[in-house]
Amino acid sequence: MKEEILTTQDLHLYYGDKEALKGINLNFDEKGITALIGPSGCGKSTYLRTLNRMNDLIPNVTITGTIKFKGSDLYAPNADTVQIRKEIGMVFQQPNPFPFSIYDNVIYGLRIAGEKDKEKLDAVVEKSLRQAAVWDEVKDHLHESALALSGGQQQRVCIARVLAVSPEIILLDEPTSALDPVSSSQIEATLLNLRHDYTIIIVTHNLQQASRIADRTAFFMNGELIEVDQTKNIFMNPANKQTEDYISGRFG
Amino acid sequence: MNSKTQNKVAIGGLYGIAGFVVLILLALLGFILVSGVPQLSWHFLTAPGKAFLKGGGVGVQLFNSFYLLILAMLISFPIALGAAIYLYEYAKDNWLTTTIRTAIEILSSLPSVVVGLFGFLFFVVKLHLGFSILSGAFALTFFNLPLLTRSIEDSLRTISDVQREGGLALGLSRWETVSRVILPAAVPSILTGVILSAGRVFGEAAALIYTAGQSAPALNFADWNPFNISSPLNPMRPAETLAVHIWKINSEGIMPDAKAISSGSSAVLVIAILLFNFAARYLGKRLYKRLTSA
Ligand SMILES: Nc1ncnc2c1ncn2[C@@H]1O[C@H](COP(=O)(O)OP(=O)(O)OP(=O)(O)O)[C@@H](O)[C@H]1O
Ligand SMILES: [Mg+2]
Repeated sequence: MKEEILTTQDLHLYYGDKEALKGINLNFDEKGITALIGPSGCGKSTYLRTLNRMNDLIPNVTITGTIKFKGSDLYAPNADTVQIRKEIGMVFQQPNPFPFSIYDNVIYGLRIAGEKDKEKLDAVVEKSLRQAAVWDEVKDHLHESALALSGGQQQRVCIARVLAVSPEIILLDEPTSALDPVSSSQIEATLLNLRHDYTIIIVTHNLQQASRIADRTAFFMNGELIEVDQTKNIFMNPANKQTEDYISGRFG
Repeated sequence: MNSKTQNKVAIGGLYGIAGFVVLILLALLGFILVSGVPQLSWHFLTAPGKAFLKGGGVGVQLFNSFYLLILAMLISFPIALGAAIYLYEYAKDNWLTTTIRTAIEILSSLPSVVVGLFGFLFFVVKLHLGFSILSGAFALTFFNLPLLTRSIEDSLRTISDVQREGGLALGLSRWETVSRVILPAAVPSILTGVILSAGRVFGEAAALIYTAGQSAPALNFADWNPFNISSPLNPMRPAETLAVHIWKINSEGIMPDAKAISSGSSAVLVIAILLFNFAARYLGKRLYKRLTSA
């Protein structure tokens, strides 16, 4: 029996008066990939961003309910958001490397945390870039700007950057929607590599992508979680009519 | 008239206007340089001025201009940087920040002669700093601060929010994100803003006439003890700058070669400001390249 690493209970989120999440109950086991799917505007990103408190940055957001990470309340008054985001990393839709070298991008988190040992940093850079499956492409120009890379390479460097601070959970919000098919499948391969070591939660509009990589899939609609199950059940025989309609392309 | 001809006419009109502006600018520059450059010589650039005789130079004024500029920048840059970071990265939109922004807005459109008058009443008279480099530097700070704050704020604005999210999502604190990601990324653009504002400060006269004063006592360039009255570094001495010098010669200069000195000074001033502008572009671009490519 696997441990539950992250649990959300009766989670509501309001942007001002507008209720964007209407009581979500969803738990995540340790390791493996969960895909969040659903029509545009249904609250997938909103939900994902509550999981590492990125919504704190938006004014007028009210959140009720409980989110627990390894048993401790993520929104407790004394919770340390900086520490939380180290343990729950995030990759965005638009690749957002810092305008520095590839090497610096990857070790940024560690270096700021005070790590100075050059050998250790070198090792982390190589390990993270290998894990993100981009090492071979960038190993000869680690000290060149990350902005000179292609979008797909940039995105994998961003994944490496997250891996370098050794998080337990990685959140990805449509990480391939700005990329070409080849880069997308490289990212998918990367994620499949990582699924044994990390808990991965990915938002995607690409149903094939969800079916290819996710162990579990959750279907959201209008701020509600409609159904969550093993991916093959969701796609082959969904329990809910709305899920079925969405999967078969009847709306959304 | 169909839309194609309309388009052509519009473009032609715009080219005409732009060309006219460029022409005026070139004529102005040409006039200043043609009448001024022949006056320039090493002697002119380094010798102290003479009040009644021919052959004075602008060495002291030139030094004063740079010294004042550096002092004013040293005072105003940290303040402007702090203010801009606070306003753009931290401040929430509320009445307080709106007030601060409005104040900056108003300050930046204040005529510099008013800033000079305030400097005179406050620093020179009230704080007993007299006509001095220090009074001048404070006045220039007041003149420069709002412009610089806005320019740095604009530089911060050019850094996309995905960078901020990227930093925070990596477990950096707000301050770490600002100081280690956003600021380095904004450096080229901040630097450009600083140099451009340096150009403005360098050419400023009205704010200085009643603060740094209109006299340029001869300096002893062998004496670098800031406490000696003839030391170039002494911040309490009156210090006429190049821009003030031009104004002064033209309004009450009595040396026989006043016209020549005024033309020469103008040329120096214009060349210095052009250099500032080119340096700003060049350094900004280079730094940006350094940061973003190999
Ligand atoms: N900052 C915000 N302020 C106000 N409303 C917001 C904000 N962000 C999102 N919303 C609203 O909350 C709802 C959910 O948005 P969210 O971005 O989570 O949807 P999504 O499922 O990620 O959509 P997409 O697939 O298009 O990315 C939408 O109706 C959206 O308009
Ligand atoms: Mg979204």
